[in-house]
Amino acid sequence: MIPATFEYVRAKSVREAVSLLQQHGGRAKLLAGGHSLLPLMKLRLSQPEVLIDLGPVEELRGVREEGSSVVIGAMTTHDELASSPLVRERVPLLAECAAQIGDVQVRNRGTLGGSLAHADPAADYPAAVLVLDAQMECEGPAGARTVPVSQWFVDMLTTALRPDEVLCRVRVPAQTRGQGWSYTKLPHPASGYSLLGVACLLSVDGGTVREARVAITGVGPKALRLPKVEQALAGKPADEASFAEAAKLASDGLDATDDLYASAEYKRHLAAVYTKRGLLRALERVRQ
Amino acid sequence: MAVTQVFGARVRRREDPRLIRGTATYTDDLTLHGLCHAVFVRSPHAHARIRRIDTSRAKSAPGVVAVLTGADLEGKVNSIPCGWQVPNCDLKTPPHPPLARDKVRYVGDAVAVVVAESRAQAHDAAAAVEVDYEVLPAVVDMEAALRSATLVHDDVPQNRVLLWSVKGGDFEAAAREPGVRVVRQRLVNQRLIPNAMEPRAAVAHYNPGSGELTLWVTSQNPHIARVILSGVLGLPEHKLRVIAPEVGGGFGSKIPVYPEEAVVSHLAVRLGRPVKWVESRRENYLGTIHGRDHVTDAEMAVRPDGTVTGLRVRTLANFGAYLSTAAPAIPTILYGLVLSGPYRIPNIDCEVTGVFTNTTPTDAYRGAGRPEATYVLERMMDLAARELGLDPAEIRRRNLIPKDQFPYTVATGITYDSGDYARALDRALELFDYRRARADQEAARRQGRYLGIGLSTYVEICGAGPSKVVGSTGFSGGLWESAVVRFSPTGKVTVFTGTSPHGQGEETTFAQIVAQELGVPLDDVEVLHGDTDSILMGWGTYGSRTTPVGGTAVYLAAQKVKEKAARIAAHQLEVSADDLVFENGRFHVRGAPDRGMTIQEVSLQAYLAWNLPEGMEPGLEGQANWDPSNFVFPFGTHVCLVEVDPETGQVRILRYVAVDDCGRVINPLIVDGQVHGGIVQGVAQALWEFAQYDQAGNLLTGTMSDYAVPKAAWFPKFECDRTETPTPVNPLGVKGVGETGTIAATPCVVNAVMDALSPFGVRHVDMPLLPERVWRAIRQSKGGSAA
Repeated sequence: MIPATFEYVRAKSVREAVSLLQQHGGRAKLLAGGHSLLPLMKLRLSQPEVLIDLGPVEELRGVREEGSSVVIGAMTTHDELASSPLVRERVPLLAECAAQIGDVQVRNRGTLGGSLAHADPAADYPAAVLVLDAQMECEGPAGARTVPVSQWFVDMLTTALRPDEVLCRVRVPAQTRGQGWSYTKLPHPASGYSLLGVACLLSVDGGTVREARVAITGVGPKALRLPKVEQALAGKPADEASFAEAAKLASDGLDATDDLYASAEYKRHLAAVYTKRGLLRALERVRQ
Repeated sequence: MAVTQVFGARVRRREDPRLIRGTATYTDDLTLHGLCHAVFVRSPHAHARIRRIDTSRAKSAPGVVAVLTGADLEGKVNSIPCGWQVPNCDLKTPPHPPLARDKVRYVGDAVAVVVAESRAQAHDAAAAVEVDYEVLPAVVDMEAALRSATLVHDDVPQNRVLLWSVKGGDFEAAAREPGVRVVRQRLVNQRLIPNAMEPRAAVAHYNPGSGELTLWVTSQNPHIARVILSGVLGLPEHKLRVIAPEVGGGFGSKIPVYPEEAVVSHLAVRLGRPVKWVESRRENYLGTIHGRDHVTDAEMAVRPDGTVTGLRVRTLANFGAYLSTAAPAIPTILYGLVLSGPYRIPNIDCEVTGVFTNTTPTDAYRGAGRPEATYVLERMMDLAARELGLDPAEIRRRNLIPKDQFPYTVATGITYDSGDYARALDRALELFDYRRARADQEAARRQGRYLGIGLSTYVEICGAGPSKVVGSTGFSGGLWESAVVRFSPTGKVTVFTGTSPHGQGEETTFAQIVAQELGVPLDDVEVLHGDTDSILMGWGTYGSRTTPVGGTAVYLAAQKVKEKAARIAAHQLEVSADDLVFENGRFHVRGAPDRGMTIQEVSLQAYLAWNLPEGMEPGLEGQANWDPSNFVFPFGTHVCLVEVDPETGQVRILRYVAVDDCGRVINPLIVDGQVHGGIVQGVAQALWEFAQYDQAGNLLTGTMSDYAVPKAAWFPKFECDRTETPTPVNPLGVKGVGETGTIAATPCVVNAVMDALSPFGVRHVDMPLLPERVWRAIRQSKGGSAA
């Protein structure tokens, strides 16, 4: 449980972090909250030679409003997100998701950017940012670029982030007034990761679903939107019967993996249950 | 200096401030001049022949002091012995080399040790030790192991460690009785990982001048460690000092003497430098003992009126790859003999087959055998109740041993000293408002909510014990305790105990006993433990024995001090000792309260020795050794309410009521704490914890992100109460309470969940009751389509 020897560098700016990445190539890793990387290093499953700590980079911190979006620095911790009045007001789904990550210690150290760049298949944020249609703002040697979240998650532990890029900010369109939301998860009893997590955003017009967005995390190699469920809901009455009917489609062809606590078959079953419950919870908030 | 009643007071644990503030000194906190660090190289294979070990690269790594393999220890460090040779069971005791020689037998088996200037350097060098393994097929499953051609130890046929049985009455005859029904169930009591907060650690220091070796080690029983290590190392016992400093929990996992401690001790002598070894959590999961791991086929014979007439049990017990120190006793005498529980069951027939497998060795884990027995018994009671359509509380009531029948000898031959089991049951049902809860349950079912109520009625056999009796069970030692109570000239008191508390709070409770007896302020009493040099002997802290056995020794030592003090006071006050009254720490002449002296004044006189009775030795201390005449038998009833989500199979505990009887209570706060912790560990087995191997013998639940240690937020507030039936076995009337919660809670919660699932016709689900298992049980049941 002692990592292999590594060099530790504190980056002062994104520019410096990028140039360090260029300099060390694949031998370097960026360190954000360290909650995924450090355990791997302690088990010597990951042995980077250089660790570039983003902790001192001020420009990666903080939450601000820009027009109809909320812009969140990649180094913002889960706890900062969960307790930010701005996030709670404008993107309450993200606050609800952040509040359910791990435990207090994890939320005090772990970061939004670290989690999204690591892309653990059982992480919570991916489901939330998928339904929120977030934009991932990255910076590399060639300058800045923005990746829509729909293109971000490539595979297990793999994102569209290039090896010499830093994920700097996540731009999240604010939820609209009257939109319902929910993030519900079944946590792994040991790790607290999602055995399954479902994020819902629900717009209702006069008792009819105008738009539903649903995404799921934890079940397979990467988080996914559930377009079949979303399409089945559109134009349907916003009630338990149509939610239950549409939620069944969540299990359909869902790419799920077995693990010690939950088989693929069980996860597919839960996908429907959690989707229905998530939609009902979102509906309660529409009416609030 | 008036003293109030401290025996029975809710005194806060004096241990806690240092533990909470991080000022306690654990083994890993020790630093010695010239200290170097050991790291063990462990097998990644469950079963393999060692063809060759190449240490050359490791030896030349930076900072490396030494690299040793099993061959280097030949003739220097002997096999690690087993300390409990249970008789009449054909027990096999294959050698347990400190570092594996020819074969490795489980993932984590140590094959080499690297010593370096720093721990990190030792880790780096350990990775450079090259071991050429010839991988062999592994046996993991017990039933497969018994039939397998693969032998964990070549000289143990069928991998069978032991075949042990106990029989009382005639089960067959009971089962044949007309009208009797026989309820059958296979029950798996899964393997658990003890998870003490502090992993194991050892620091060894050898003084070549005195020839003395000092070992600081995370032990629950340093004196036992000294006896065993003296043999393992060939070092005379008086040249070996074993100290258990602050120890951060054990739950049984720090009873055994392990290879690492022996190797580190040897290294200190061999290298002439102090050596430290600290286990990582990963190593803790692989190399420290596991608990439980039984598969049992149980049959219960029950008459139509609910009278249980017989219990037959066939149990397979997994011993892992080697015999750990106390392992043979756990699934035999600590399991089979206690199968009658609190009930009159005239016919009991138990047969236990111990099995070697290529897994981490097992040994005592909180409760050690008794939770396994109670689980079997309490599950079978519920199944019998269901078979007969009886209320689970009612079937228990009908079978409890009545209070006027003590001492009562059960079919397995044990004599219970005292008890009022029905009273604890009644109190628990009353607190729970059982009748109302059943009505609520009915109402909830009509709304599609699945509530379940579970009961568990238990008796624990603990406080070991009469040395003669434990000797006859093959324990290679006694189980009495010693204590010294010593006044200083200025009237302060130091208590030495041979027990070795490591979280149970006896520094506080023993101080309460002494403060009460000697009438001194609580803060004037210091309790010391854990050092073989400080006291005659001690057999350690485990099996809920510390207070009933060690506490009694402390009490008796205090009596001796008081007697001597009375003689000094009588002499100085020029009266007969019979004319003295001892009140609030002061002796005075009967009828003349002004003529007196405090016990502190007496202490000063005892040390000044200017004016002592003719022939009396100076000083004021008492020493006592206490060997109890019997075990003690705490008992109680736990009741809980759960809700099962039928769509997901998730279980939530809504209420938990515990009524325990541990005899007289020295400190209710500490008793509550022990009960709370016990419940949490017991519930965790019912719902979350399990150690899982794959067929190749890899531990799949190998980190704390895979193995679910319970969290406080998962529990409701526990509602604890007590009945108080003092034991006649010791003068304090106290029984143990360290394991009662663990023993009662596991079946209590499983019974509750099965009760919740009864509308689906679900009869039994094996632990842990993970949501998926519960969901599958519902789905496969006849009523499952409802969910």
